[in-house]
Parts: sequence; structure tokens; C-alpha cells
Amino acid sequence: MALIETRDLRRVYDLDAGRVVALDGVSLDIEQGDFVAVMGPSGSGKSTFMNLVGCLDRPSGGQYRLAGTEVESLDADGLAHLRNREIGFVFQQFNLLPRIDALSNVELPMIYAGFDRKVRRECALQALGRVGLAERAHHRPMQLSGGQQQRVAIARALVNSPSLLLADEPTGALDSRTAKEILGLFQELNREGATIVLVTHDADVGRHARRLIRFRDGRVIEDHRQTPVDARDLAAEAAE
Amino acid sequence: MRLIEAIRSAFSAIAANALRSLLTMLGIVIGVAAVIAMVAIGSGARNLVDRQIRSLGANLAIVTPGNVTQGGARLGAGAASSLTDEDAHAIRREVDGVVAAAPFVQGGVQVVAGGSNWGTRIYGIDLDWFSAREWDVATGRTFDPEEVRRGDIVILLGQTVARNLFGEDDPIGQNVRVRNVPFRVIGVMASKGQSAFGQDQDDVVFVPLDAGRRRVIGRNYAKDGSVGSIFVKFANESDIEPGIESMTELLRQRHRIIGYQEDDFSIRNLTEIANTASASANTLSMLLAAVAAVSLLVGGIGIMNIMLVSVTERTREIGLRLAVGARPRDIRSQFLIEATTLSTLGGALGIGLGAGAAYLVAQLAGWPSLVSTNAILIAVGFSALVGIFFGFYPAQRAAKLDPIEALRRE
Repeated sequence: MALIETRDLRRVYDLDAGRVVALDGVSLDIEQGDFVAVMGPSGSGKSTFMNLVGCLDRPSGGQYRLAGTEVESLDADGLAHLRNREIGFVFQQFNLLPRIDALSNVELPMIYAGFDRKVRRECALQALGRVGLAERAHHRPMQLSGGQQQRVAIARALVNSPSLLLADEPTGALDSRTAKEILGLFQELNREGATIVLVTHDADVGRHARRLIRFRDGRVIEDHRQTPVDARDLAAEAAE
Repeated sequence: MRLIEAIRSAFSAIAANALRSLLTMLGIVIGVAAVIAMVAIGSGARNLVDRQIRSLGANLAIVTPGNVTQGGARLGAGAASSLTDEDAHAIRREVDGVVAAAPFVQGGVQVVAGGSNWGTRIYGIDLDWFSAREWDVATGRTFDPEEVRRGDIVILLGQTVARNLFGEDDPIGQNVRVRNVPFRVIGVMASKGQSAFGQDQDDVVFVPLDAGRRRVIGRNYAKDGSVGSIFVKFANESDIEPGIESMTELLRQRHRIIGYQEDDFSIRNLTEIANTASASANTLSMLLAAVAAVSLLVGGIGIMNIMLVSVTERTREIGLRLAVGARPRDIRSQFLIEATTLSTLGGALGIGLGAGAAYLVAQLAGWPSLVSTNAILIAVGFSALVGIFFGFYPAQRAAKLDPIEALRRE
């Protein structure tokens, strides 16, 4: 069973100007351990697809199963629970809370999962260590560079051990060298077993993924397997 | 999210905007301070009034003689010497609810002891006086019934008189001279302090009724058995009104006043005077309570306003929290707790300020004040309620945000 299964997924917006079909029947399976790049021009439906996959939005029609849960039947609390346990978000603008330090930012998802303080501290430190920022745990976001902030955000996405990492233009606000580092981190995480879906319009970033899905006008127009899910030498291939 | 986490995060949000938070709290601070000061001063004033009522004696009425007309000149209340011992005894016997009826005469005298002397008021009283005025001796003893019956020349000194004549010495057993009559001091009265009108109630001496009438005051009391006034004490406050009616009837009969003839006496309910005083204290309290209520309302609106601003400013934060798994109700309680923390903190500051103000008033105006735990609990409760009430709408707005919209907001 695939981690993500969508069947004829539709999302229609009723605006004053009329009906807008943002997603027009998308059926996709994404396997555990895959690294998928979602590409397409703006207005292609890729963001809408990401919002649905991220359980931030509900489809107008069709089915969506995430890790065996039928998402379209959940209420707001059910969606919140699923986001908390199964999904780690990474955003273009990092979205760290400015008032609290890196460690507390990483802890945030665990607060809503109901873990007590001691466990949270431990896991958050571990996650920060995983992204190479253990010694910056007590810095506030403003005291960190863009790349470091994005690492903190990735640690936050990892801290509840979700089954899916969902990244929306994670390198969009970074210079090319830092972007490469962050991309390398994603690849590393993927090699260790993390399932990653990454939205980008940077073709270079898209090439680093194992699979590339292209959207246009609310439909999938290209679905290209670049590297098998079980291939272990992704980094070597990407380097070519 | 657990309550303790929420409160901790609320405190950090408040601290992040310290000046703004302080200004927002100001309305609550002033409102609560007003409540605390109001209750403190109000209950202090009520205490004072209560004490004055008690110093006079509770449930008391006074019967005074009426006016007399001499050659066309009406001499005013109390000029007549129409009341007698027998009237007092009749009242005690026949009027329901009467506990004591104390006839007395009074006058101004110079009291001499050895080398010193002191001008004071002298009262000729019988034994009912002590129960009517709820007043006993501090040292020595009161009159015994025989002394009163015979009109012995024994005397009780008020604290002020004792101090002025004898200083630190024990006056009991000493002689003092009043109008050249040597009285033996048998006791010193307990201190009563000031009356409701600021008189020193301890500047007084007491002698048996007949001793006063025959040897000291003379004047209008020459006619045997007449007295100046009669204090009448009732068992309960509810006995006073009907008691006054039946006393009026009784005295009209005894004085043979018929039909439309004017009474030759008047009866006043002394409790009413005290009630008037406490009513005006209540009016003041109500006024302050209204000010406090308006201030709390304004403070609450201020909190609502600032919470709405805060929700708008932190839309992205809300979006992020929703994305990482906060349920709408987590967001709601976060903002609700923040508003409540803000208002409760304001309430705590207000309690400090109010208690300080009450203390200052007590010091400067000499008006007693009392900060009660009840007032503090009510103030804290009210400010928390204001926070919950006015924080609910902004919190609800935050909870209803769409995570996608919220994350996209700049």
C-alpha cells in the first residue's frame, strides 16, 4: 500500500468571478521512501495539490488516503491530528516563531502532541543535532543565517517522526550555495528512509528528486521516474 | 496544549510587548484599584458608623421634654421639666420590647480634686443607664441599688476626667468636690472615644440620680422626681417604631394631654441617625462601584482591541501552529488565556494600587480603611471574567482562521 493515494482528487473554488477548477481529477500513488519533486507554472494546481496532501485543505471531490487514513472524511480536529503526527512541513519563509529560541521552535509540534517538557527537550535536541545545529539550540531565529533557520525548520518538521516531509519551495529564499546544502540534507534524510514531497519551480532542484511530477491546468501532465525508490546511490547519480 | 504551557506562552507574549501590555492593562488596573479602594474605604466607614452606634448604644430612643410657653415666648425643646422618674418606670413596665429606660439629669460643673480642677459634664443616672448605653466601668464598681435609692454622694469618673484630675494615680477611694459637695470616687468608666459628632464621650462624670438632682444640678429639677431626658433601649430594632408609638400614647395619658393638644415631650429614634450616616456611606460606595464598573468595561474593550490587533499581527504564527497540529480550540484557548492573563495581571496590579490608595486615605484623612480578602477575591475574579468575556471574540476569530490563508499572510 502506498503512503499517499489520491483518486480523482478535485478542488473547485467558488469565487465571485465564477468557478475556478484548481485541481481537476488527480490520481497518484506515492510510495514510502520516495522523493518526489512537484513542478509546474503558477496556477498549475501544484500548490492546491500540496495543501490537500498536507491536510490543510479538504478536496471538493475524490479520495485521499494518507498512511491508510481516509482524509476527506475528517473534521478540523482530525485533520489537525493527522498534520501533527504524519506530516512535517517545511516552508519557503521558514515560519519560525521569532520570540522563542531554536529549541522551543522545534518543540512546538510536540506541545500539540501532548508530550511533557522533558521528553520534548530531548527529542528537539536530537532533531537539532540531526540537522547539525545542536550548539545553536538557544539562539533565536534572528540570530541565525537563512540556511540555519531552514535547518531549524526541518528539525521542527522531523521532531514528531512524521511519515511524510512536505516542503514548499524550501530553497526559494536561499542563495544557491545554501540551497545546495539544504537540498543535500533532504537527500540525506531520504536515504535514511524519509518520504519527501517537494514543490519547486527550479528545474535544478527537480533533478535531485527520484521522481518528478509536473502539473498544468490542474492535471498531471508528466510523471517521470528518475531514480528507483530503492536505489541507494542517488547522490552519486545526482553528481553526474 | 496544557494549561501551564499556555500560561507560560501567554506571559512571554505579554513580555514581548511590555509597554503595550501595560497600557492595555491600565483600564483594568484603574478599575480594580477603584473597587479595592472603594470596598476598603466603604467598609472602613461602615465600621466607624457601627462603632459609633455601638458607643451610643444600639436600638436606642431618647425621650426629651417639650417646650414651654412663658409670657408668649416659646422656650424650645427640652425647656419643660415635664418628665419624671415615674414616666421612666412606667415605660419600662408597660411598653413592649423595652429593655431599659434610663432617666437622667445633666449639667456642667467644675470638679475639684486636691490642687487640680476640671470642667466637665455631670450626669445623674440610675442603674438602667449602664445597660441602655452599654457602658460599664473599667476599674472599681458601678453604683449599687441602695446608693441609687438613697442618692449617696459617690461618683464615677470618665477616662478623660480621671486622667486630668489624677494623672497616672488611681482615683478610686479618693474624694472629689463638686459644688463643694465631697463625692467619693468608686469607679472609672471604660473609654468610649468620640461620638458620631466628634465629642469626647469620656469627658464626663456620673452620680446617682437623686444626688445629682438634690446636691448638684438643682435648677429645673427642683420639683421632686423630674428628670432631664430618658434613654429607652429596646431589645430589637424592629421594636423601636411600635415602641415609640406606645410610649407616646402612654406619656400623653400620664401627662393628661388630650385631643389635639400638643405633646409636652418628644421622642427620637437614635438608630435613624446612625442609619442615615451609613446610608450616605453606601451612596458613596455605589458611586465608586459605578466608576469601577465603567473603568472595567473600558479596560475590557481595550483588551479586546489589543487582542484583535495581536491576532492580526500574528496571523502567520497562527497558521504555523495550525500547520504543525494545533486544533482550532488550542488556538482559541491560547488567545483566551493570553487575554485572561493580561486582565488578571492588571487586576493584581490594581489590587496593589487600590490597597495603597486606601492606606493613603486612611493615613491622610484619618478615615479607617479595611482591605478585605473578599474584596481581593472579587477583584481577581472580576478581572479574570473581563479577560474571558472580552478575549473570547478575538480568540474565536483566531481559531476560525484558515491555515492556508494564515500562512500566506505577510
